[in-house]
Amino acid sequence: MALDSKQVLDTQQFKIVGTRPLRPDGIDKVTGKARFGADITAPGMLIGKVLRSPHAHARIKSIDTSAAEAIEGVHAVVTRADFAEITDDDATADVLDNCMAGEKALYDGHAVAAVAASSGHIAKKALKAIKIDYEVLDHVTDVDRAIADGAPVLHEGRADESVPEGSSPNIMARYEFGHGDIDAGLAQADQVIERSYRTEATHQGYIEPHACLAQMSQDGQADLWCCTQGHYMVRNTCAAILGLDQGQLRVTASEIGGGFGGKTTVFLEPVALMLAKKSSRPVKMVMTRSEVLRATGPTASSSVDIRIGMTKDGRITAGFAELRYQGGAYPGSPVEMGSMSAFAPYDLENVKTVGWDVVTNRPKQAAYRAPGAPMAAFAVESAIDELAKGLGLDPLEVRLKNAAREGTKASYGPTYPAIGLEATLRTAKDHPHWTAPLGPNQGRGVACGFWFNFGGDTCVTLNITPDGTVTVSEGNPDIGGSRASMSMMAAEELGIPYNKVRTIVADTGSLGQNEVTDGSRVTFAVGLATIEAARAAKREMCRRVAKVWGIDEDAVEWRDGAVHPTGHNAGSHDPMTLAEIAAIASNTGGPIAGHHEANPEGAGVSFATHMVDTEVDPDTGAVKILRYTVFQDAGKAVHPAYVEGQFQGGATQGIGWALNEEYIYGEDGTLQNAGFLDYRIPVASDLPMIDTVILEIPNPGHPYGVRGVGETSIVPPLAAIANAVSEAAGVRMTDLPMSPPKVLKAMQDK
Amino acid sequence: MRYLAPTTLDDAIQLLSGDPGDCRVLAGGTDLLVRLRSGDAEPDSILDIKRIEDLRQITKEDGGWLIGAAVSSAEMNEHAELKAAYPGVCEAADLIGSTQIQGRCTLAGNLCNASPAADSVPAMVAVRAVARVAGPNGTRDVAVEDIPTGPGKTSLEKGEFVASIFLPAKPDRSGDAYLRFIPRTEMDIAVVGCGLSLTLDNDGTCTDARVALGAVGPKVMLVDAAAEALIGTKLDDAAMQALSKACSDAATPIADKRGTVEFRTHVAGVLARRAAAIAKTRAEG
Repeated sequence: MALDSKQVLDTQQFKIVGTRPLRPDGIDKVTGKARFGADITAPGMLIGKVLRSPHAHARIKSIDTSAAEAIEGVHAVVTRADFAEITDDDATADVLDNCMAGEKALYDGHAVAAVAASSGHIAKKALKAIKIDYEVLDHVTDVDRAIADGAPVLHEGRADESVPEGSSPNIMARYEFGHGDIDAGLAQADQVIERSYRTEATHQGYIEPHACLAQMSQDGQADLWCCTQGHYMVRNTCAAILGLDQGQLRVTASEIGGGFGGKTTVFLEPVALMLAKKSSRPVKMVMTRSEVLRATGPTASSSVDIRIGMTKDGRITAGFAELRYQGGAYPGSPVEMGSMSAFAPYDLENVKTVGWDVVTNRPKQAAYRAPGAPMAAFAVESAIDELAKGLGLDPLEVRLKNAAREGTKASYGPTYPAIGLEATLRTAKDHPHWTAPLGPNQGRGVACGFWFNFGGDTCVTLNITPDGTVTVSEGNPDIGGSRASMSMMAAEELGIPYNKVRTIVADTGSLGQNEVTDGSRVTFAVGLATIEAARAAKREMCRRVAKVWGIDEDAVEWRDGAVHPTGHNAGSHDPMTLAEIAAIASNTGGPIAGHHEANPEGAGVSFATHMVDTEVDPDTGAVKILRYTVFQDAGKAVHPAYVEGQFQGGATQGIGWALNEEYIYGEDGTLQNAGFLDYRIPVASDLPMIDTVILEIPNPGHPYGVRGVGETSIVPPLAAIANAVSEAAGVRMTDLPMSPPKVLKAMQDK
Repeated sequence: MRYLAPTTLDDAIQLLSGDPGDCRVLAGGTDLLVRLRSGDAEPDSILDIKRIEDLRQITKEDGGWLIGAAVSSAEMNEHAELKAAYPGVCEAADLIGSTQIQGRCTLAGNLCNASPAADSVPAMVAVRAVARVAGPNGTRDVAVEDIPTGPGKTSLEKGEFVASIFLPAKPDRSGDAYLRFIPRTEMDIAVVGCGLSLTLDNDGTCTDARVALGAVGPKVMLVDAAAEALIGTKLDDAAMQALSKACSDAATPIADKRGTVEFRTHVAGVLARRAAAIAKTRAEG
């Protein structure tokens, strides 16, 4: 039996992988039967609601909940005083403080108390009856102002050892990456560009607000149903905050209406559990849209300074970036990943990035699709574009000339194995989009993007039923089509039809630890574990059949969904199919299953090149996206329709970020646009069909060559669109979003 | 909270004027229900006027059109004759919210919500629309521009409500248009809006014009100077530029999350010029 776990199948050998079967969750979703977070109910449940700070920064002097508790129908009121302090883990302590403020409210919308009542109406009434004595403090929401002298300080003494003495107390960490000598490199350049760029904070914009239902028994057993990207993370975090054993808290993930990184942490869940504990009743909590925008985790806003040198023929001699990201009121902005990814697409002798993690009076940021990378790419790819155009060079040629390849030492340290950047650039150059004519007030932009991708703790169990169908249990909520992809990989490996496999997302009691659905890891890591689990089941089936035939295990082999005799000593036996083996499993040793647990390395980095045409209305500054093409390396596209969807989704979110999405804070530090009316994600009529070109440069780290595809696609759009708009408007745009007032002003001022 | 749903206009007037507390009129509900949900409004009673048959009709009157207060934007836009007569008013109503919202929202509601950014209001003002106000002391006709008095405020007295909107007859060779600026292509609120109507004589000279701006002041703004810039001209470039300038000069916007003073002032002029070009084409038939 030859089942080498590192074997990479030739693409021609795939029967199911690479096809486009119907998604298993589709019918329930379009008919309204799918159960999302807010659809879960329990007998006798209460409704929980959160009281939120109206101030951007305020000391909480006292909280009086007595009037709220006295209202009929109110079963529990929770404040920070109900939670034990966490002293051994700063990250979890910050999560608790974000879920329920302690000494200070740190941003507009920060939770300060919560109630559970027999109806939502009573709960709202109870919130109004809670009296809080605030001492309002000065606030700061802008990243550059937060590190200026005299800025209000959020936390004293929280900076880690990387921060130089004498830095602003709002700087939490400093990061540095790179190699070579920047000054020497710049000295070799024919042209050096120095520019500053800014991006605003944006929200993932998932349609489904956060929701959960918590239940806790007197004996410490607890159950939680919630909408999340990682119910194992929810279990571990809530267990730490509530002082529960992880094994006593079972978390079940609902269907999820979008996450994009924003559901990789907890907001309501520990509060719901505490309310359930205090009231001895199940408690359900659902956020409003305004709460989602005010008090969940948008991404960082950024301020980036760039210096890049280029020779006349387009060789980049040095690249330097200093990045300042504010990630809200706690340490942990994605500036480290921004600093690592900024120059990742290029093969540079002299490269350096410095990143500063800054806190401000804004909600604690959460991951957003390739966290930190789009802002860094916006700065670097804008500067490269401006240099190339200034030197009269083709921007695609310049990128090809400097492109990272197999063997390139990446700016953030490692040396690349086989990668696909060059393939995306060459394909882009040959695509009809690149040479299509443009009209007046129109411009074309290109940009490249990179994302690391990730493996992470993963468990998969694959069970063979008595009738020969297969169930796969995995521990990652399906945010991008993973159930279909797992079923396809299991069916491919077992040689059975796709519709004979059903994949479910198992609760935390059913599998071991699983990392959240992040880092574009699931199709790679869970896929790898699914393939390995299927291979384990095949090995077991081979053993069973060898036993039935009375021959050695190495005299059988698995081929085309059946066990066959092999070799001259095997004798003559009719092959046994999976269904036939399953039917007699009870008599050959019992049920048959395969499982695999791993933390796989080798996720395989992914690159993309985006190309976009825009038109600018010279009278209003309004930007129209005319045409958009994504070129990206998928390693191997398991379900190409889902891969295309990921490419299109990333491009679309990037378009929103580039043009109109932004967190707008007033002078008083409160969020001015906490709703989808004035937080403007693109609507369907704003977009052309996003064209996609899938490239497949196999990832040697995965049995089928799969790379993560979900995040890379949001990295290039900010710069690609800025490059296109700058050309169309005749003026370089360096501040996002490029909203009409900003574009019009730039054109009038030029 | 009480929910009232009378079937006659008289009952509605009696209920509304007799209600001791805060009673709100519900037509499409696309503003009121949102306020209830967010907690911005907590009325004692809601008076639903959708069961009053007369208020659900679009009828011809004196060569013009009477549109009941419970007629939705979608119903207006499915009415071929109305659309042909007042394309500007219909297209303004067709821009409110989304397709779903347009199935509920009404001209009267858009007017009485008294948002300075209401899409249909500048379009109505441009065609001299009249609000027919019902109340305990009888019915009175009020020019649409006199209904809102400021953001969220109207000139309606206690117990009064707008029962219908009357779009009066207009001369031959007249055209109207409404344009708004939004950063997206739909599902948005006007950063600036411009409703414009004009009438041409047989040699193409503009004999009458009305220009109304939205979202550049505390209420809809009828700009006489803009109309004067067009009347007596053949709508040539100079006239269009004068129109633009008059609108920009008249605009008194605020800066907020939707736009700067500078931007709104400039775009008011741009939209007026573009709306005039559309209205001219329509007037020429």
